[in-house]
Amino acid sequence: MSSRSQARLGRSIALHLFLTPLALIWLFPLWMMVVFSTMPDNGIFSPGIELLPHDNFVENFNNLQRDTNFVGAIGISVSVAVTYTFLSVLLTSMAGWALARYQFVGKGVVVAIILGTITLPYAVVLIPQFIMVARDFQLANTWVALIVPPLFNSLGVLFMRQSFSMMPGDLFDAARVEGVKEWRIFLFVALPLARPMLAALAIILFLASWNNYLWPLLINSQPGAMTAPVALGTLIGLTKVSWGGIMAGAVMLTVPMLVVFVLLQRHFIAGIAAGAIK
Amino acid sequence: MRYQNATAYRFLAPYLLIFSVFWVWPIISSFLISFQATRTVPWRWAPTFNWGRLIGDPAFFNALKNTLLILVIQVPVMISLAIVMAVLLNSPLLKARGLYRFAFFAPVVVGEVAYSAVFRLMFNLNFGIINKLLNSVGLPSIDWFSNVTPAMALIMIAVTWRWAGYNAIILLAGLQSIPDDVYEAATLDRVSKVKQFFYITLPLLKPIIVFCAVLSIIGTMQLFTEPFLITERGGPGGGTETLGLLLYRQGFRSLNFGYASAVAYTMAGLAIAITLVQLWLTKEPK
Repeated sequence: MSSRSQARLGRSIALHLFLTPLALIWLFPLWMMVVFSTMPDNGIFSPGIELLPHDNFVENFNNLQRDTNFVGAIGISVSVAVTYTFLSVLLTSMAGWALARYQFVGKGVVVAIILGTITLPYAVVLIPQFIMVARDFQLANTWVALIVPPLFNSLGVLFMRQSFSMMPGDLFDAARVEGVKEWRIFLFVALPLARPMLAALAIILFLASWNNYLWPLLINSQPGAMTAPVALGTLIGLTKVSWGGIMAGAVMLTVPMLVVFVLLQRHFIAGIAAGAIK
Repeated sequence: MRYQNATAYRFLAPYLLIFSVFWVWPIISSFLISFQATRTVPWRWAPTFNWGRLIGDPAFFNALKNTLLILVIQVPVMISLAIVMAVLLNSPLLKARGLYRFAFFAPVVVGEVAYSAVFRLMFNLNFGIINKLLNSVGLPSIDWFSNVTPAMALIMIAVTWRWAGYNAIILLAGLQSIPDDVYEAATLDRVSKVKQFFYITLPLLKPIIVFCAVLSIIGTMQLFTEPFLITERGGPGGGTETLGLLLYRQGFRSLNFGYASAVAYTMAGLAIAITLVQLWLTKEPK
């Protein structure tokens, strides 16, 4: 073996010796979430070290359902996330299309306002949004309150503007020469071409809605109107509550997303990395 | 290109409507509310009412101090860790790359409530796995929730776990856009890997590192769920109280919208300052 490939081997071993413990530490909280969700409460609060799953998941889930209507809350979360994702992808890709493909009065102003305010903290709009939705519109504890206000998110507009402006213009002009209407060009030529970008955007938006906590906590605080994270959050800190149940809920919120992540990793990563293009 | 106002605004209108009502107007409205006395109806114009209270409020300065302390320690640690993760994940020598990527990126999909619950259990004083592991190697238990320093450390550990991989994804995308021949040329010139990292990778990655830092600073500045759920409403005794929690308490527990808006605009001021620093740092040299 040459000294060069020996050095390579040494470096490779060092790399894995460093990265493997770090990866295990990073996986540890997720592993423990699964382990806790399968342990009875007296097992979680016992002096022994337990690192392997038990068989108490179903009972924990029943305890969770007793503490709060978690199945109902999951239903709300799924419906809201699906509707929000569909509407947000539609609205932001329409806006992105207009900004990428047409020349119009006020274009510079629209872009400047979006870019100029994108780094403002969300906390700034929280109070007026709450006053508007809860008091002026009287929409607290409704689906509309969960779905519509978060549609302001402009990440999709910038992402889709970027995607559409990278497409060759001849394609759309050819359709125009044929007399195809603009909305048909958007729907049947541009959108199909943007499918990978739409997938990446949809995944990020779905995840954001699924995990959204602060806004649903504020606006939908009645038990029957809570999303799953909010319902689960109300249990944390209570004294008479099943922690195995809370962990079963955490697993139900997390594991489906992990599966989606593994299956659609490419789109996921594209969506997150897209945040960096501006 | 000719002007197509009608067509363009037909595509833009639905989004612009939502964007104006739920983003642009609230930004203005919040600013105006911060100058009004909102404890009594009708609200009245009182420019110094909230801001005057803010600059003399020990609770505000406690929250500001904690938030800045978390920022100053947690963000650099996390960004450094994310750079290390990204660079090592990008190494051609790495086997089973998919497994390592899964390990570091998985926390990105985990919700705040779910992971807050797990961290609370893991760091429990008597029954938490972390203290059990500390004891098993002969170290004493740490009371993570009753003392300020460990409680702050716990918040920082939790946030770092949740967001390091997210930043690593962005940095990795940046690394992959650096052309290979730059490194090949350096290797031919017998430049060591360590030197390549400091003299090629870091400078080329700088705009993305700054971007990640700004994103993380603005995110951490609004930190709410972790001190709300993990250290139970900013405990012990306000030791992990953040600006996000103060805003929640003032706005939605005391329904003191004017004061909460002043707190929100303090965060906005910080965010604007940070963004200006970013623009200055990543300015193309003339």
